[in-house]
Amino acid sequence: MVDIWNGISQAVWLMLTLDPELVEIAARSLRVTVTALVVACCIALPLAAFLAVQRFRFRRAIIALLNALMGLPPVVVGLVVYVILSRSGPLGVLGLLFTPTAMIIAQTVIIVPLIASVAHQSIRDLWAEYHDLLISMNVTRWQKIRTLLWDARRALMTAALAGFGRAIGEVGAIMIVGGNIDHATRVLTTAIALETGKGEFGLALALGFVLIGLAVAVNLSIHWLGRTERGDRW
Amino acid sequence: MKRILLGTAFLAIATTAHAEDVMKMAVTTSFNNSGLAEVLLPEIREDLDLEVQLLVVGTGQAIKLGEAGDVDAILVHSRAAEDAFVSGGYGTHRTEIMYNDFVFVGPNDDPAGIEDAEAATEALQDIAAAEAPFVSRGDDSGTHKMELNLWKSADLDVEGFGDWYNAVGQGMGAALNTAAGMNAYILSDRASWLNFGNKADLGLLFSGDPVLFNQYAYLPVNPEKHPHVQTELADKLEAWLVSDRAKELIDSYEIAGEQLFVFNAGEN
Amino acid sequence: MTRILPLVAEAVVSRRGPRVLVGPVDLSIDGPGITVVIGPNGAGKTSLLSLLHGTARLASGKIRWACPIEDARHEQAFVFQRPVMLRRSVIDNIAYPLLIRGVPKRDAMDRAHEAAKRVGLGALTRRFAPRLSGGEQQKLALARALIAKPQVLFLDEPCASLDGRAMREIEDILQIARTEGTRLILSTHDMGQARRLADDVLFLLHGKLHDGGPADTFFPSPATPQARAFLEGDIVE
Repeated sequence: MVDIWNGISQAVWLMLTLDPELVEIAARSLRVTVTALVVACCIALPLAAFLAVQRFRFRRAIIALLNALMGLPPVVVGLVVYVILSRSGPLGVLGLLFTPTAMIIAQTVIIVPLIASVAHQSIRDLWAEYHDLLISMNVTRWQKIRTLLWDARRALMTAALAGFGRAIGEVGAIMIVGGNIDHATRVLTTAIALETGKGEFGLALALGFVLIGLAVAVNLSIHWLGRTERGDRW
Repeated sequence: MKRILLGTAFLAIATTAHAEDVMKMAVTTSFNNSGLAEVLLPEIREDLDLEVQLLVVGTGQAIKLGEAGDVDAILVHSRAAEDAFVSGGYGTHRTEIMYNDFVFVGPNDDPAGIEDAEAATEALQDIAAAEAPFVSRGDDSGTHKMELNLWKSADLDVEGFGDWYNAVGQGMGAALNTAAGMNAYILSDRASWLNFGNKADLGLLFSGDPVLFNQYAYLPVNPEKHPHVQTELADKLEAWLVSDRAKELIDSYEIAGEQLFVFNAGEN
Repeated sequence: MTRILPLVAEAVVSRRGPRVLVGPVDLSIDGPGITVVIGPNGAGKTSLLSLLHGTARLASGKIRWACPIEDARHEQAFVFQRPVMLRRSVIDNIAYPLLIRGVPKRDAMDRAHEAAKRVGLGALTRRFAPRLSGGEQQKLALARALIAKPQVLFLDEPCASLDGRAMREIEDILQIARTEGTRLILSTHDMGQARRLADDVLFLLHGKLHDGGPADTFFPSPATPQARAFLEGDIVE
């Protein structure tokens, strides 16, 4: 209990004083995860829509695979990305290991299956509803996908938020590919792991509370944005 | 939507720009936990206009990072592994910088009675005889290798130990946390122990045996194996690390009034 | 604009598995007017409309328009028994077919507002379409179907679950569309509606075109006993 109170008070103190190190780490966490989220959405959402509207041979297999990969262990992703980006790996020449870009890649790989699976569920339901109309209107495949993505945007937002939550709280993979380098690749989760390792539970908890606060704030602001849209128009 | 995309793109591009040189060095957890890095790095930055990015890992992984060419130099403390690293052609040479020492930490009431031991090996024999809980790093790190060597010199076989011997496979801090939780004995480097924030009921019970000295060495990665490594920067850093300036900073670094490291570059 | 009529169907058949849903049917449709498709439940009315519209697979036979089939598709629209509402505002629903055809957004919106007014939805343009009442939804569906000025409009029992007032409003809209030159092909089980709207009648029974003809001869004196019985409200099997 002492540790928890200690952690809360430290967290409050760090935030009130806008501790520069904390701000730096939190901003990096946000930047890495938001970038990964945008990249992942650009891949996962059209993929989800495509899987919903297009019938092809391995469609069911791919959907099953995506569902299975939702539970992809981040440590394994980290390791694979590490091996690929290492100087002795196939993409070593790019020199990306231990950079924020490597962390973005790892997080993207982790959340694409999650976002695609969740998005696919809702797009599939919407497609069942729209099918007859859109077929009758003879729209192109691309128009179909755009219409479904736009009209399912609320559900897709939820899918994206799930991805955000998983990415921002992830530590195993980014520890491996980022290396937790101070002022370069240290983010909230790896800093928490580091402080825990040092036995600094108070500070670790404080960072943990900041992380939770950040995740909650992002979720609330997205929901708030969604609600204003609804309030305005309907 | 477009605005969000643009904003994110901007964020992604606007990574903190560093005007100065940047190199990567793998160091052991024990070195980083000592806090010495936080003293040295700003000075290095000031003196050399060089940002040294630290990858804090176990010795085993540090060596691997050097072998793969993912870092420009390594700073570790495991003689056998270092020699293999150089003879394998992965490092150009090995430069001793400083040493600190390992200590035995355990429950304050000392059930195995190691406090009065004459030598490190005797302390280990006491622990094994009492079958008192013991936490081992078990992660192939320098500290772990040191511990295994000590057991060997004490004529004890780790393989045959009962469940009082716990190999946690984690870094120094995590292992210390485990020891604090189990109220167990553990071998730690002095710096990590002094800096450790969660001491619980543990205390420093045994230290001072010369076999517990822990030599740190600096090994630049061989540019013949990995042409992209920044040999020039690594050499610059090495020159600084063996300089009088480094000697002064290292020797004067204290935690709780205790000197942690002894600078000994150029002595052997 | 190329004319897509006449529509000629030769021995067209639609199947689901081994079961014949409709066919073989031969027919031809040309010029303005309203063709009403009637027949007992399961006679194949919906299947025939889908087949002619091109959304059901043709198992055998031929459908010919006066132009290539791909061009013809763009000159048709379909209104379902249960209207499909895009999860958008009323105005965005109505404008959708124009946007799909690449009409500039501003232009599309202006035309959509115009169309909404014509079907009596002028006050509801900002409303979320799936929350409209049944009658409002069907009027929206009509406005959306008519906005691209199709030459042929298929309607599958468009008034099946509506009250009298909504039905009359919809029939008014259909009459206007007819006078503006759109060919309507409409199925219904409401003989009153059939008599009010029909220029031609197709009477389907067991998937076959059993009877039919111009409304003014078919309704007073149907050629077959089954059609006569059906018009009199008897159960026809």
